[in-house]
Amino acid sequence: MAPVVRPPKPRLLRLLDFTAAALLIAATWMVFFYAPSAQAEAGGETQRIFYFHVSAGWVGMAAFITAALAGLIYLIRPNTKWDVFSVAAVEIGLVYSFINIATGSIWARPVWNTWWTWDPRLVTATVMELTFLAYLLLRQSIESPERRARFGAIYALLGSLTVPLTYLSIRIWRTIHPVVIGSGDPTAKGTFDMEPQMLHTLLFSLLAFTIFGITLLWHRVRLGWLADKVEQARMKAMRS
Amino acid sequence: MAKFRTYLTVVTQIVRKDLAVEWRSRQLLASMLVFALLVILIFNFALELDARARSELSSGVLWATFAFAGTLGLNRSMAIEKDGQAMDGLLLAPVDRSAIYFGKVIGNLLYMLIVALFTLPVYGVLYNVNLFNGGLFLVILLGAWGYSATGTLLAAMAMQARSREVLLPVLLFPLLIPVLVSAVRTSSFFLEGLESVYIWPNLNLLLAYAVIMPALGYMFFDFIVEE
Amino acid sequence: MITAHGVNKRFGYRLVLEGVNLDVRSGELVALLGPNGAGKTTLLRILASLIRPTLGEVKVAGFRLPLQAELARAQVGFLGHHPMFYEDLSAVQNLAFYAGLYGMTRPEARIKQLLKLFDLLSRSNEQVRTFSRGMQQRLALARTVLHRPKVLLLDEPHSNLDREAVATLDELLRGLARKGTAILLATHNLGHAQRLAHRVEMLAAGHLAESWGRGKLASKQFVPMYDRALRRAQRGIIHG
Repeated sequence: MAPVVRPPKPRLLRLLDFTAAALLIAATWMVFFYAPSAQAEAGGETQRIFYFHVSAGWVGMAAFITAALAGLIYLIRPNTKWDVFSVAAVEIGLVYSFINIATGSIWARPVWNTWWTWDPRLVTATVMELTFLAYLLLRQSIESPERRARFGAIYALLGSLTVPLTYLSIRIWRTIHPVVIGSGDPTAKGTFDMEPQMLHTLLFSLLAFTIFGITLLWHRVRLGWLADKVEQARMKAMRS
Repeated sequence: MAKFRTYLTVVTQIVRKDLAVEWRSRQLLASMLVFALLVILIFNFALELDARARSELSSGVLWATFAFAGTLGLNRSMAIEKDGQAMDGLLLAPVDRSAIYFGKVIGNLLYMLIVALFTLPVYGVLYNVNLFNGGLFLVILLGAWGYSATGTLLAAMAMQARSREVLLPVLLFPLLIPVLVSAVRTSSFFLEGLESVYIWPNLNLLLAYAVIMPALGYMFFDFIVEE
Repeated sequence: MITAHGVNKRFGYRLVLEGVNLDVRSGELVALLGPNGAGKTTLLRILASLIRPTLGEVKVAGFRLPLQAELARAQVGFLGHHPMFYEDLSAVQNLAFYAGLYGMTRPEARIKQLLKLFDLLSRSNEQVRTFSRGMQQRLALARTVLHRPKVLLLDEPHSNLDREAVATLDELLRGLARKGTAILLATHNLGHAQRLAHRVEMLAAGHLAESWGRGKLASKQFVPMYDRALRRAQRGIIHG
């Protein structure tokens, strides 16, 4: 039997692991100790979850867009590596978007006195999550690896393109989602004025979540590539 | 020009063939119509629609009905090609593969319109609501077209997967939200006779969807059917 | 009329065809012999533009695949393993549909002619569902030659045919070859190959291993020669 070889983790990845962990810890500290409390109408202490809520939301969306782009590249140049990248991005996106929805819900309870409302952003976030869950289900039902990759890429693209349309279609109704950045209904419950320290915390959290996301992505992609190599070797062994 | 004529011929041939197959077996339309009726009935019990609520909820109930009945048509439309591998026959035609796509989309559109043609008067009679409205017809046409364009593309994918009948709705409905939302809103506005300023935003979205999805279908269909 | 150069086809990690070079000229009838699973069907489907090769160049009727596939398809008649019919429609309706797909304007006479040739005239208006396997095969053959293609790709065309039908088919194929049609016929039955072919190519485990001309085919030694060559080819590949 051939000796078992564990491929070494690239040095950059090791560094990234460490950095991501450090950033997350720092961000958490900032959220609890650096950022000031928000007004009671915005949830008081619960409002602190806002930093992770928004960060998770942005990174989740970015992950899905990355997945769609990787899919597009796969369609143009069919190389398994792009497909692995695409799936990995979707999985990361699903986790982050779920965190976004869950933290949003936790924040909503004290502010709006409900766990859920049907406003545009929430619904769109949910639809987006469901779309990419469907993506995973689609992949699971297809046996041929090339077809799986192709169909996945197409569905990721279709999904990404319909999400903005979904948002627009629902936005015609009035939103009660607090609009902190950008225009919106100022009377929406939960809005609060952003003091400079809050902005710092938000940006830092965004950075931390992004680096953490990239680290996870790299790990997942590496896992996928290694699994691919194993499959190739297995096929070769079966033939001889 | 000749190439376009060939393309158009293939599209029409496919539509006529699907209608001919349907005419011979009459399986699909009957199922879709009965299904639509059942859905309306279920909504009646589920929602306890009183006279006042009915006119507001009509759009929603109608579109939910169309959305569900539509999946029957999509499934069947692709299943015809799967039996006996007839799809290969289509793929051998000397024409761009998107002609097959559009042929199927139009076929599915026709099925949906026939269902609508049947459902509207029945609903109108059962609930004493006047659904004879030009705007409503326009919305149904646009909505059904968008639905068909997306559904045909996804049905082509689902056809090649395991548990295909279950997979299709799961894949389809998240992508249909823009159409369904806009169609329901615009339908209600037309039925309530609101001013056009309220109708335009959602109608525009319906139009955008009706253009974007077939374009995407045109681009991607080949990738789905080739090996 | 048919040229394949260096054709490879990979499904996932399985290499189904490797380094296939094939040349069929106008008026030639070439038999593709080989055991089941050798890759005959895959090769035919590649030539019919139903599958894209992983590597290699293919030219059919003077058109390159996949770039000019549409134009090539107009000149190709393909017969696969499946009948490719709409069972609820009649024989005439099916043929008329395919005639339409190939842009034939007044196909009624041609359809009638072919139905008569294959002895299906009496059942023209009956649903294909009621046809026996042999009848469906005959109808499929009618469909294959309907649009007078310059190239014929036939996968086991004699299957399910009775003696009379086999004779009809043989005569048709010989006639078409004389008129300049290029015919590639895949079969695992040596008898058919010996009777009809100008040349035989043996496909074993994805490789075109050997080739025999008219002279060798006619000899009594052909069958044992073929068996030896097949065993050699398969052994060679196992020790690859």
